[in-house]
Amino acid sequence: MTITNYDERVLKASHPVPGAPNNWRRFFGFNTDAKVIGIQYIVTALFFLLLGGLLGMLIRGELITPPSDLFDPSVYNGLYTMHGTVMLFLFLFPVLSGLTNLLVPPMIGAPDMAFPKLNALAFWLVPVFSIVLLASFFVPGGPASSGWWSYPPVSIQNPLGHFLNGQMLWIVAIGLSGVSSIIGALNFVTTIIQMRAPGMGFFKMPIFIWTVLAAQILQLLGLPALTGGAIMLFFDLNFGTSFFNPETGGDPVLFQHFFWFYSHPAVYVMVLPVFGIFSELFPAYSRKPLFGYKFVAVASFGITILSLVVWVHHMFYTGTPMWMRNLFMFTTMLIAVPTGVKVFAWIATLWGGNLRLNTPMLFCLGGLFNFIFGGITGVMLATVPIDIHVGNTYFVVAHFHYIIFNTIAFGIFAGIYHWFPKFTGRMFYEGLGKVHFALTFIGATLNWLPLHWAGLLGMPRRVASYDPEFAIWNVIASIGAFMLGVASIPFILNMVSSWSRGKKAPPNPWGAIGLEWLLPSPPPHENFEDDIPTVLNEPYNYGLNKPFVFDEEFYISKALNDS
Amino acid sequence: MKSNLKRIINQKLISIVGVSLAIFIDLLLSKLMASWSYSWLPVQASSAAPYVDNLFAFETGIGTFIFLGCSGVIGWVLIFNRAPKYDESFGEPIEGNTNLEIVWTVIPLLLVIAIAIYSTNINSTLKNLGSKSKYDPQKDLIQNSELGQNISDAPIDVIARQWNWEFVYPEGFSSSELHLPINNKINFRLISKDVLHGFYIPAFRLKQDIIPGSIIEYSLTPTRAGVYRLRDSMFSGTYFSENQTNVIVESKDSYQNWIHKTVKKVPVNGLNQAGILYKKRLEKGDRGWATVPPNPPPMVNEPGDYQQPHEG
Ligand code: HEM
Ligand SMILES: [Cu+2]
Ligand SMILES: [Cu+2]
Repeated sequence: MTITNYDERVLKASHPVPGAPNNWRRFFGFNTDAKVIGIQYIVTALFFLLLGGLLGMLIRGELITPPSDLFDPSVYNGLYTMHGTVMLFLFLFPVLSGLTNLLVPPMIGAPDMAFPKLNALAFWLVPVFSIVLLASFFVPGGPASSGWWSYPPVSIQNPLGHFLNGQMLWIVAIGLSGVSSIIGALNFVTTIIQMRAPGMGFFKMPIFIWTVLAAQILQLLGLPALTGGAIMLFFDLNFGTSFFNPETGGDPVLFQHFFWFYSHPAVYVMVLPVFGIFSELFPAYSRKPLFGYKFVAVASFGITILSLVVWVHHMFYTGTPMWMRNLFMFTTMLIAVPTGVKVFAWIATLWGGNLRLNTPMLFCLGGLFNFIFGGITGVMLATVPIDIHVGNTYFVVAHFHYIIFNTIAFGIFAGIYHWFPKFTGRMFYEGLGKVHFALTFIGATLNWLPLHWAGLLGMPRRVASYDPEFAIWNVIASIGAFMLGVASIPFILNMVSSWSRGKKAPPNPWGAIGLEWLLPSPPPHENFEDDIPTVLNEPYNYGLNKPFVFDEEFYISKALNDS
Repeated sequence: MKSNLKRIINQKLISIVGVSLAIFIDLLLSKLMASWSYSWLPVQASSAAPYVDNLFAFETGIGTFIFLGCSGVIGWVLIFNRAPKYDESFGEPIEGNTNLEIVWTVIPLLLVIAIAIYSTNINSTLKNLGSKSKYDPQKDLIQNSELGQNISDAPIDVIARQWNWEFVYPEGFSSSELHLPINNKINFRLISKDVLHGFYIPAFRLKQDIIPGSIIEYSLTPTRAGVYRLRDSMFSGTYFSENQTNVIVESKDSYQNWIHKTVKKVPVNGLNQAGILYKKRLEKGDRGWATVPPNPPPMVNEPGDYQQPHEG
């Protein structure tokens, strides 16, 4: 028996407020239980996925015909800007914080997060900045409409000249979102470093924990740049300073550096936990150990480090000197290497397995398939001469939706289904889940595959109207988008009805390995309480006869009895 | 004992043949896809285009190979490794294989290094981007004639505004359409009067952002006669998508003719789609979200014909 890295503070960690009311009302108040906060995040985020999806369908409605006939172009620009912003800051970041909150403490055997009150604060900032952002629909002049990049000078033009304007609310909302993310990141990093179960050395942590750690460290390193840029933009917009305003000697390109120094890594903040989810689910549903656990774990940090030095690939045609373009092309392409290590490891995990194709596994497989495709178009975009042609066209839109929706959102759906029984204590309906998957996969493919060709032919992104030669690709894409709208129906139906009257879930319905599966479903308030298991081996020992924790039988029967 | 060994050898043989066959088919399809990829792009109308397209075809080939290889394996396990219902037994408990890990780290590493070197070479061949210098948008432009002595090297000024394009020729006239002589290296000075714009001609495979406050020198060589679209590619506000015009590449003779004809023309209002739409908006009661009003169209000697058909 090897007990390493046991931190005495585990049991002395500040426990959440005891005796939170055990009913639905606890989800609507200031609750410090990470499991409640996790669900608060996820439900809020899914609501915003619906809103962002609605905005997406509105813009696809405009784009089903070449002229700008459904909305005034000013409205189109506001809609696409808000679509991107809602999806990234109101859906993706919060939903990932939610999964992280639910999963980190049970997966490492901690009773809760390190700072439960800060944790709740980070969550409650989400509705605050969401309201700030959405309020901008109702201020004179409408919401921000300069894209989610908010590049100056367009973003500081402020046509009406009011102090209170959509762009200003946008900056405030993004700033608050940054505060929430920093608080969250500090909490996640501290929890993972300080509160692991006895015996859980770094190389015995589940990959999901590795990826969360890698992602949250990125948040801490990158967010200050975005915040700095946002503050300067705010001053330029509202107080007439000239950090970025060329008319008074500022440099608009400087903002792009601030912005992308954070926003490129931000993509990895979003995708890394999904790599974690893939790494948990493929072994569980292939009934095999994860292929090359240590390589997959370390690759996460390879990605983290590289992703800090690639941001200029968003600026290949902004007047960046050639040596810099070549350098950043090279660093960007290097990311393909650790990413490839992961992809090949997942495929090798599937090889010779005993695959169970239930809903979470289908979303994982679909996500992996799409990710391979999106990774290839990503390398194309990193290639300077190609990017000079397809940059800022629909090729980019197609590429990043392949990553952000067809991979990340797929992984999130997979995670939600996989851990749904654990945290609600109910099984979901497999049939509805499969319908959801089929509609989502077909809709997403119709939506984004054709748009690659529109971009290759030269259709710029962010356009409210386009030349008729691009119509065919756009019609197919819009049909796909409406199909994705339909796909939300079986999902919502499934979640609501399963949670309220689904079959009771056993502690470990999937036969998965991991500390969270040794807990009852749903886990008690403080997870393992004083019986924290001692970790003996690497996770993912499917079929290897190496127990994950000391005295596994005890926890299994305890979980069964407590359920 | 002997027959057992034979069976193992046979199985090995079958799998080697099978894998080789699969790789062969994958290679074949990748090759096909690479040659097909040329048809996904607009006509090649500049000296840069063939380089870009070859690189794209090369990466399409490699990408197809990897994509089909990976999804082929996924497809295989989906067909042959599915668990029967209620079967939760384990698969083969393989924990990893360090040699394989090294292979799939080193091969992609070499591959991306090769792609990066190949592209770096193309970058130094193309060299479209010249120097960037400060420019005060409040001031008028330096007269072109002060620059190059040789008028054919003198740059055409590309002036981008919210939302129209103006091309000022060294001969001292301006146009809403960009006329270029074929097979000549043309120099430009890219200038924005307000926000970021993008100078993008898909048929040329070239794009360069225009930065307010800077003059960017740029050059390219058109290689095919025809009419192509020039599009604003960097989001520039409300009527961004209307900010496009035509590029007309023609023979040296007809280009010279056009210059002689146009120099003498009386300036008129230039191309102005944004202005037309904005007028409509005002007529309908100025509904919609806030917008800066479009700049009035520049006075140009050649307003051009926006409606004429374009290729790419
Ligand atoms: C129903 C599903 C969706 C549809 C129909 C859709 C459609 C679109 C369209 C048409 C654009 C405009 C592209 C452009 O002109 O540049 C866009 C942009 C964008 N989308 Fe989506 N999308 C969907 C889902 C998502 C998701 C799930 C995310 C992220 C989680 C997302 C993130 C973005 C972002 C960041 C932009 C860029 C906005 C900008 O250019 O400022 N989208 N989407
Ligand atoms: Cu990036
Ligand atoms: Cu990307």
